[in-house]
Amino acid sequence: MTLKLFTKEQWLTTLEGLKESYKIFVPVKDGDFHTFKELDERNKPDFDYQNTRMSPKSLVYPQSERMFEYTLDDNDPDAHIMKESEKDYSPRAIVGIRPCDAHAFQIVKLNFDNPEYRDPLWVKRFESTTLVGLGCNEPCPTCFCTSVGGGPFDEKGLDVIVFDLGETFLAKAITEKGEDFVNKAQGGSEADNTTLKAAEELSVSSLDKISVSVSTDKLKDKVINELFEAPFWDDVGFACINCGTCTYLCPTCWCFDIQDEVLGKEGDRIRNWDSCMFPLFTLHGSGHNPRDKKVQRVRQRFMHKLKYYVDKYDNGVQCSGCGRCVRYCPVNIDIREVAEIMNGYS
Amino acid sequence: MENPYLPYPVRIDDIITETEDRNLKTFKFIFLNPEDEEKFSYTPGQFAELSVPGKGEIPIGIASSPTEKGFVTFTINKVGLVTTHMHNMQKDDIMGIRGPLGNWYPWEEMEGKNVVIIGGGFAFTTLRSSIVYMLNPENRKRFKDITVVYGARSPGLLLYRDELAEWEKRDDINMHITVDGTDDPDWKYNVGFVPTITEEKITSADNAIAIVCGPPIMIKFTQPVLEKLGFPPERIILSLEMRMKCGIGICGRCNIGDQYVCKDGPVFSLAKLKQMPGEY
Repeated sequence: MTLKLFTKEQWLTTLEGLKESYKIFVPVKDGDFHTFKELDERNKPDFDYQNTRMSPKSLVYPQSERMFEYTLDDNDPDAHIMKESEKDYSPRAIVGIRPCDAHAFQIVKLNFDNPEYRDPLWVKRFESTTLVGLGCNEPCPTCFCTSVGGGPFDEKGLDVIVFDLGETFLAKAITEKGEDFVNKAQGGSEADNTTLKAAEELSVSSLDKISVSVSTDKLKDKVINELFEAPFWDDVGFACINCGTCTYLCPTCWCFDIQDEVLGKEGDRIRNWDSCMFPLFTLHGSGHNPRDKKVQRVRQRFMHKLKYYVDKYDNGVQCSGCGRCVRYCPVNIDIREVAEIMNGYS
Repeated sequence: MENPYLPYPVRIDDIITETEDRNLKTFKFIFLNPEDEEKFSYTPGQFAELSVPGKGEIPIGIASSPTEKGFVTFTINKVGLVTTHMHNMQKDDIMGIRGPLGNWYPWEEMEGKNVVIIGGGFAFTTLRSSIVYMLNPENRKRFKDITVVYGARSPGLLLYRDELAEWEKRDDINMHITVDGTDDPDWKYNVGFVPTITEEKITSADNAIAIVCGPPIMIKFTQPVLEKLGFPPERIILSLEMRMKCGIGICGRCNIGDQYVCKDGPVFSLAKLKQMPGEY
């Protein structure tokens, strides 16, 4: 496991150098919020941030992505035949991703890369991506990663973890992909024992800053139908306006729609993020809709994350504790409270 | 890496208007690449995504039987964007098929048993596939008595009328065709709703398995009839419909509880359905 210590200034130069080997994505301040953007002249990294408003899931799984192309021009011998779109699967690195968002990719991987089907768009992009995490010295008040199998310096799902030690960044390779990244990183020096100790202490002390603990331990033992028919859903969903903000911000929400778009004679088949909050998500051609009421859609979201996923994969809940849905829900619906209600229901 | 979203290109070889309201047409497709036909190896009860470039995809049950070689057929009800477009397509037009998808009727379990098939309206497609499959000389001996109750609102709305007439003449299948009502004085089959005819004609659940496919209202009233006859929920088999996109259990919309209708279904036993939330 390779370790390299960089001054903060050095780190920026190093990242510039790494652009030869990777497309580098970094947190950039954009208005009031941070967002991941490709490192270039206009986009300078700002690592002094808590987390981006949008999760970096779109760097592996774009909000809108072309799947196939075709022509409807009957003079073309290949008219009406789908062709796979050219894709750029060159190496990329997400530098500064928080451990919760890296953990989220591990959660989502079970869906896109399963024993029966591999989603080539997701898998190829994920395989070409190196996740260079930045541990959380100052977790947000809404963070609850430690309740769902993660932590502010959790290495699971990361290829490299970076410790912010004030004046310096300590980079530690975790996986082979991570070794590659750290080896390619020019400059930096060896870390002495004092530095290592400081990093160790940082990761321990940050744990105390996570104030919330959420119980999910009993979810697995519940019966799906009993939770489904429980009386609390009307209360949980009462204020919901089905805006879908939670699903779009969530790093572990993966549902998508497939649509055809045509301009003139040329067409694309595109997939777009979709949301279980929308009635169209389940509307049948006949007009029948199994989830036509908002409470059914709210229940679907929480049951999927906190029960169906738990039962299906035996991999904990479908949540990495990033707290985005809690922070940005316009009506203050809080998944931590819902988890407690479900976990305690009998 | 195989791309499970990539449809096989097919050519429309024939289009048959099935019903007098012209709302149901059967499409016969031939694969442009013969090797795709081999890859599209299916079992009765499965479905596929029919892909019309520029319009989209729709999940439709396979109406042909794997014993019929060289083509696949689907019967399409005109409902939305893609189906309406398809109803205006012509022979020799090119489109796509993606599949086969989903599970199938429990053929291993059905071996050596009496098979009762109950269908209503345009949900008779995968049941047609199943009947043709079972009547195939190589398969027929694997099953005991085959009994079919099939109903539509009126005679002109029955699917596959020529085949129904042929099956009526055979002695290795018991046909009970029915319509809700008719003013045709020459109508020689039953008049009555499917649950009623089921109650009249099916006399025993002994060593029998029932496959039910139809509109929700028919299923709702047929279920108690079957239970009264003594069919346990494990031996009542249903095929469900749901809005779908990917068809392979990834896009997340067609779930009932932790089951995806596209991948874990569309075929479920009533016993299984009773353990699932009633959200369908």
